[in-house]
Amino acid sequence: MELILALGIGVLTGSGVWLLLRPRTFQVIIGLSLLSYAVNLFIFSTGGLRTGAAPVLERGMAGSLASHADPVPQALVLTAIVISFATTALFLVLLLAARGLTGTDHVDGKEKSR
Amino acid sequence: MNGWPMSAWMNHLVIAPIIIPLVVGALLMLIDERRRALKAALGVASASVLLALAVLLLYLTDHTATGADATVRVYRLGDWPSLFGIVLVLDRLSAMMLVLTGILGLSALVFALARWQKAGAHFHSLFQFQLMGLNGAFLTGDLFNLFVFFEIMLAASYGLALHGSGLARVRAGLHYIAINLAASLLFLIGVSMIYGVSGTLNMAELAVRIAAVAPEDRGLLEAGAAILGVAFLIKAGMWPLGFWLPNTYTTVGAPSAAIISILSKVGIYAIIRIWLLVFGESAGTSAGFGGHWLLIGGVLTIAFGSIAVLATQNLARLAGASVLVSSGTLLAAVGAGQAAVTGGALFYMTSSVLAIAGLFLLIELVERGRMVGADVLAVTREAFGEGEDEESDDDDAIGVSIPAIMAILGIAFMACALLLAGLPPLSGFLAKFAILAPMLAQGAEGLPFTTWALMAALILSGLATVVAMSRTGIDVFWASPAGDLPRVRLVELGPVMMLLALCVALTVQAGPVMRYMEDTARSLHGPERYVQGVMTTAAPGTGKGAAP
Repeated sequence: MELILALGIGVLTGSGVWLLLRPRTFQVIIGLSLLSYAVNLFIFSTGGLRTGAAPVLERGMAGSLASHADPVPQALVLTAIVISFATTALFLVLLLAARGLTGTDHVDGKEKSR
Repeated sequence: MNGWPMSAWMNHLVIAPIIIPLVVGALLMLIDERRRALKAALGVASASVLLALAVLLLYLTDHTATGADATVRVYRLGDWPSLFGIVLVLDRLSAMMLVLTGILGLSALVFALARWQKAGAHFHSLFQFQLMGLNGAFLTGDLFNLFVFFEIMLAASYGLALHGSGLARVRAGLHYIAINLAASLLFLIGVSMIYGVSGTLNMAELAVRIAAVAPEDRGLLEAGAAILGVAFLIKAGMWPLGFWLPNTYTTVGAPSAAIISILSKVGIYAIIRIWLLVFGESAGTSAGFGGHWLLIGGVLTIAFGSIAVLATQNLARLAGASVLVSSGTLLAAVGAGQAAVTGGALFYMTSSVLAIAGLFLLIELVERGRMVGADVLAVTREAFGEGEDEESDDDDAIGVSIPAIMAILGIAFMACALLLAGLPPLSGFLAKFAILAPMLAQGAEGLPFTTWALMAALILSGLATVVAMSRTGIDVFWASPAGDLPRVRLVELGPVMMLLALCVALTVQAGPVMRYMEDTARSLHGPERYVQGVMTTAAPGTGKGAAP
């Protein structure tokens, strides 16, 4: 479980960073999105991983701090998702504005001279 | 709580700097763009109330206790016990930053009334949200809440940076946003690593728990803190993370630049706050973690900033490069890790924030006569179909081009140069002196190499600033062909003069101000009161947060 999650985060981060360094604005925005997925999974994993555990409580068991997952990372992930969604939308608008104003989708607003 | 002799509603004053701009900003979105006078009146009223409130909070914080016995005022959101809920914490440093935000906010907004508010939609709402994000970031005592306020502040700053549109702004804005989004992700990684190891997001509780972190986990915690630090340093513009900064600051409109220039200081604030609180002497083996990086990085930033200052051809870039120099000075002085030096650094921060904001506003006025900034403005006003006729009516009333205007602008520019270079008699000199004097006071033998490097960097950066600013000053005010006088309105000149007058006031009242800064620095380096203040407001019997 840990290995799968770690590999997943690693692959997402790797692809995200690679795309972030590409010269096209669309690649940059997809890269940022992939990175934010990776970060969200990472935050989620700081709550600790368990397989086969009950979502909240086992049947017939009194609630105690030891028996359910840490809720804080879940709350953090939710906030982080909302914020990254909003900023990505904002970035998308700017991307379109830049495309319209510069006539190119290069991140510097002009094609590299060859 | 902590012996505040006040009625219950006074306790809610702490959250007012966040609530007021939030409500006003939301309200302004509902008002039609055409009712500009109403929007402007509401915006200015809100900014003035915020400034008055910040001054009141500063007074209350400073006057209930003397010396290093700082009163720390804790406000629990939703009245949850402080280790479960989120807390806002007001201490001397927060109060000081609130006042600075209030001053910049009011002056930039008044400046924008003349022209810039007409250059695009929703300027006033964005401005209020910017103030809200800044105030929130300065007040919060919780790491994740700090992230949220950072994002509010940045989202508003994206809007303000692009305000007025135009090719150059969109191009620079694209880089600015991409870099800050990446930095935000680093912020999240750092925060979650710290939470994973320590089980808390409350800064004060983190400071208590860090000593007890198991040795095998300590590396992870320090890595988390370092990643968090990188996120802050990108905001602060430390070399080599600050390459985006001059470009962005150069292209944005003058009032936006004035208010955004404090964003770099938010990064510095976060470092001062968290680093001194968490990695203080009580942190066990982690004490002073990363201090050398701050010092060395700060010195390198000063060097890079000085070269940038010398290399610039235009005024706006000069101001952008000065932001780098001032960031570097602050980082290096804080990284030196002595309370007395930190006190000087805080004085320097106040002086340089005011001077740089004044310079950004001033540059727009000066450039106006040189037809460089003016063409951008003309394009934007054309794009939004704004009436030229209305403008000229106003100009006839108060904005007559008097020949003395260049003289006034020139004197203001000279004052900015003195402030930024740190030459007597203005507060910039006192600030640099306050940083240098405690370093030398230890005696010349025991000084490490880095301290000498910092002193050299401080003095040489002052020299570079003098050279660059006198060169551009001569070029702009003396050598340029006369006849094209900038048309400046009182409402634009007023804020610049107010910012510079405040710097003069800092110089005249240096004694009391320095006393305040030293108290602040002492309580930052010995944060027992801060920690105690937050921890004791937890309801009885709720000692611990949920452990992972």
